[in-house]
Amino acid sequence: MEGSLLEPTLNAIKGIAILDNDGNRILAKYYDKNVFPTAKEQKTFEKNLFNKTHRANAEIIMLDGLTCVYKSNVDLFFYVMGSSHENELILMSVLNCLYDSVSQILRKNMEKRVVLDSLDIVMLAMDEICDGGIIIDADSNSVVSRVALRNDDNPIGEHTVAQVFQSAKEQLKWSLLK
Amino acid sequence: MSSFKRDKKEEEDGVGNIFQNIEKTTVLQEARVFNETSVNPRKCTLILTKLLYLLNQGEALNVKEATDVFFAMTKLFQSKDVVLRRMVYLGIKELSSTADDVIIVTSSLTKDMTGKEDIYRAAAIRALCSITDATMLQAIERYMKQAIVDRNSAVSSAALVSSLHMTKMAPEVVKRWVNEAQEAINSDNVMVQYHALGLLYHIRKSDRLAVTKLIAKLTRTTLKSPYAVCMLIRIIAKLLEEEDSGNDFPYFDFIESCLRHKSEMVVYEAAHAIVNLKRTTSKELAPAVSVLQLFCGSPKATLRFAAVRTLNQVAISHPAAVTACNLDLENLITDSNRSIATLAITTLLKTGAESSVDRLMKQIASFVSEISDEFKVVVVQAIRALALKFPRKHNTLMNFLSAMLRDEGGLEYKASIADTIITIIEDNPEAKESGLAHLCEFIEDCEHVSLAVRILHLLGREGPKTKQPSRYIRFIYNRVILECPSIRAAAVSAMAQFGASCPDLLENIQVLLARCQMDSDDEVRDRATYYSSILSKNDKNLYNNFILDTLQVSIPGLERSLKEYTQNSTNQPFDIKSVPLQVGPSPDEREKKHKSEGMLTSQGPLRPPPVSREENFAEKLSAIPGIQQLGPIFKSSDVVELTESETEYFVRCIKHCFAHHVVLQFDCLNTLPDQLLEDVRVELEPSEGFELLSVIPCKQLHYNETNHTYAILKFPDDDLPSCVGTFGAVLKFIVKDCDPTTGIPDSEEGYNDEYILEDLEITLGDQIQRVSKVNWGAAWETAAESSVEKEDTYSLSSMNTLDEAVKNIVQFLGLQPAERTDKVPEGKSTHTLLLSGVFRGGIDILVRAKLALADGVTMQLTVRSPDDSIAELITSSVG
Repeated sequence: MEGSLLEPTLNAIKGIAILDNDGNRILAKYYDKNVFPTAKEQKTFEKNLFNKTHRANAEIIMLDGLTCVYKSNVDLFFYVMGSSHENELILMSVLNCLYDSVSQILRKNMEKRVVLDSLDIVMLAMDEICDGGIIIDADSNSVVSRVALRNDDNPIGEHTVAQVFQSAKEQLKWSLLK
Repeated sequence: MSSFKRDKKEEEDGVGNIFQNIEKTTVLQEARVFNETSVNPRKCTLILTKLLYLLNQGEALNVKEATDVFFAMTKLFQSKDVVLRRMVYLGIKELSSTADDVIIVTSSLTKDMTGKEDIYRAAAIRALCSITDATMLQAIERYMKQAIVDRNSAVSSAALVSSLHMTKMAPEVVKRWVNEAQEAINSDNVMVQYHALGLLYHIRKSDRLAVTKLIAKLTRTTLKSPYAVCMLIRIIAKLLEEEDSGNDFPYFDFIESCLRHKSEMVVYEAAHAIVNLKRTTSKELAPAVSVLQLFCGSPKATLRFAAVRTLNQVAISHPAAVTACNLDLENLITDSNRSIATLAITTLLKTGAESSVDRLMKQIASFVSEISDEFKVVVVQAIRALALKFPRKHNTLMNFLSAMLRDEGGLEYKASIADTIITIIEDNPEAKESGLAHLCEFIEDCEHVSLAVRILHLLGREGPKTKQPSRYIRFIYNRVILECPSIRAAAVSAMAQFGASCPDLLENIQVLLARCQMDSDDEVRDRATYYSSILSKNDKNLYNNFILDTLQVSIPGLERSLKEYTQNSTNQPFDIKSVPLQVGPSPDEREKKHKSEGMLTSQGPLRPPPVSREENFAEKLSAIPGIQQLGPIFKSSDVVELTESETEYFVRCIKHCFAHHVVLQFDCLNTLPDQLLEDVRVELEPSEGFELLSVIPCKQLHYNETNHTYAILKFPDDDLPSCVGTFGAVLKFIVKDCDPTTGIPDSEEGYNDEYILEDLEITLGDQIQRVSKVNWGAAWETAAESSVEKEDTYSLSSMNTLDEAVKNIVQFLGLQPAERTDKVPEGKSTHTLLLSGVFRGGIDILVRAKLALADGVTMQLTVRSPDDSIAELITSSVG
């Protein structure tokens, strides 16, 4: 297995999953027919993955021959899976895009309840990020601009002062972290 | 447009939970709303979301349900609501594989795809391509070409990605879009560039010249997209790997320059490629390693992980190059991400010098209790590698392992430690006594039955050969008193081994066995009685056959043979020789197993235990008339290629050897798209003595299809020397020209043609099955009385090292090396190789080869076999 060069292909993503804080699937997609072909195998894998990741916030893990990167917030767990040889940073960029897109769609209310309220938009966002294992877009702003079609009826005036302040703080934090 | 903010009232009712208790039937019922004349977008969106949610949860629709919903969904095209429309696209994609007649929406989607609304177009293209088949593709080809070069980047990306998906279905059509893809690669949008490069490469990947041109062009321009650069690096790396021409290939410099790229993703990709290229020299490796070293200190866990993992790979091939990073790696031992910490440790163990082993082990000891079992297993495997590398350190390592063995841990962890100790014992005679002592101590308090049984078995095998066999008896007999039946039974067998190998202990053993005959368990009593009665006979031969060397048959094979035997009521006694033999693991397999260790890749879900190749083939072959009568399959050879791999017809051969026959299985592949081959067969010119019984041709061979044709031959009777031979082979067939796209022949008339294949050899190795003898020495002694011995001396002038000679002999004879004599200790100029196996028909063969190194290798080969002519055959065919 060592000495393995990466096959030049666009199919970088084996799967994307959003789980809740009990490890149950909210949304999940697998893009390779050879990786967990049945729903049962997929769910076993997700349970396993959740058990290994929900306590330690360690960002990356190898499981069942896949490299999985993950991120969590309150009661949501975001995962992106790729082959064990895949460039981990590419997977991470997709995860960041997924996380940021959902965060923007939910206006930073990252909670399971809110995700379910906007499940249709989150589904569309996932579809815009990855199509059949190929990364379509890894820029959250552009993803959101293509799916958050309901923004129009919620002008800036409706944000509370606290919300605006919060988002400014977040942005500052991120720019410092980068 | 529906409102995003739901009413407060609805929220209080718990809208968030609408997905909790939904059922398929209810949702399908609700979906009937889609058929109403005026569409309520909000309601329909919700229902559609529920439906997609259900599908996503793994609920399956049958064809009728899927088709019904699909058709209802098409009604929703009349609504202008954007979200609803987009959800409909998603629905189309989800259902396209199950529902019938999905092409019904082609025109609606084509309209959206070419319409003015940008927000629809990209998604419509992707949905459209999921329902299009090869014939329909022609109709939308024009639109696809336009979309690829569209100014809107989302549309262009969607078209490129969809094209790539469709190459699986209609490669010829997509190939025609090369010019458009070429244009898209110059796009300003990063993703379009990436997708265009992916598509272009995919179309051209079989054409080396075109790929080289593509690379040449792209390395001169600067690609904006980091993803595209990563892709380009992979393409170049692949090309470099295939290129044999050596170092003058200019594109390596490009990869190296990417180490200074501003995106970390690209830098890592480049470093990874350099590390993994086989041709990379240690000098070229240095910049890549220093980049990875830098990453080790990154605050991002993923980056550290990637770096350590790659360094771990480097440590396997170029341990010296990684030593520079040792300090950084030591810092990572305390990393909060345990995967990183474990990788760091194992890397350090690989690079460490002999002097640093003690220090490292101390460090690990402080850390090992905190990590989970799986990581402990990885650490244990690294220790095993270390023990093989530095045999002199076995004391430190053994103490460490036994301390780990005493700690808490699951079965897998304990088993891997026991495995490691066993490997060390087998590999290093000096460590044997202390290792066995540790294991003895371990079984005193072992909660895992399977592990205790294995260790008892090992004690039975290795204990008698030590200086003081008697000391182990106490440990073993303690088990008989204290443990559960399966362990007691194993302990009884182990004691019997001592009795058989150590005459001075025999009396004591008999006393112990007599006590065991009073056991409460049937199996334990039976074994004790059985062994006790054999041991009382005092016959060396009996000992060897029934205590020291047990049955060599493959268990599934035995099961099947017995079942067949009981079904056919014959009066003949069951013949154990007719059962396929248990095959020892081939050296490749063992090597592979060791190599993959310590890489921290979990193996995925458990797979069923592998069946032997022979079992697999037996099932396939039994379906072919004329083969079943030949009896059980004795051995299947490795695959032999009879053509170059890139010719018009690609033929490979597997030789299946039976007791008196050989079946040649030819796997033929037709690589010409415009030809249909019929009545394909291989005509052989057998060497003298072989009798060609029948040929089973393959009726039809379509383009890109592999099919089999067989030839059944009978080995020469009573004339063993002519059982090895070389056959001329010609592939004969009827060609029918056909249409490359449909595969239907142009006319019924075909013409005969032939294709000369390389000669096929039936070797000695094909007719010998490897069988491992546990106690080779004893078998050899017994064979001295009952067998014929042949001896000859050869000079193998083409061999330069003992290692090489051993490998060649093992391969040529197809025998199993015994007692690990296939490993030549370093720095020795003489070596004795011990081999064992069985000739077809079930005749044992034992071979001892004494090798000496002096201007080539001189070999004295002694063969013992019950059959005179077989021993003769072996001595005469070597050389």
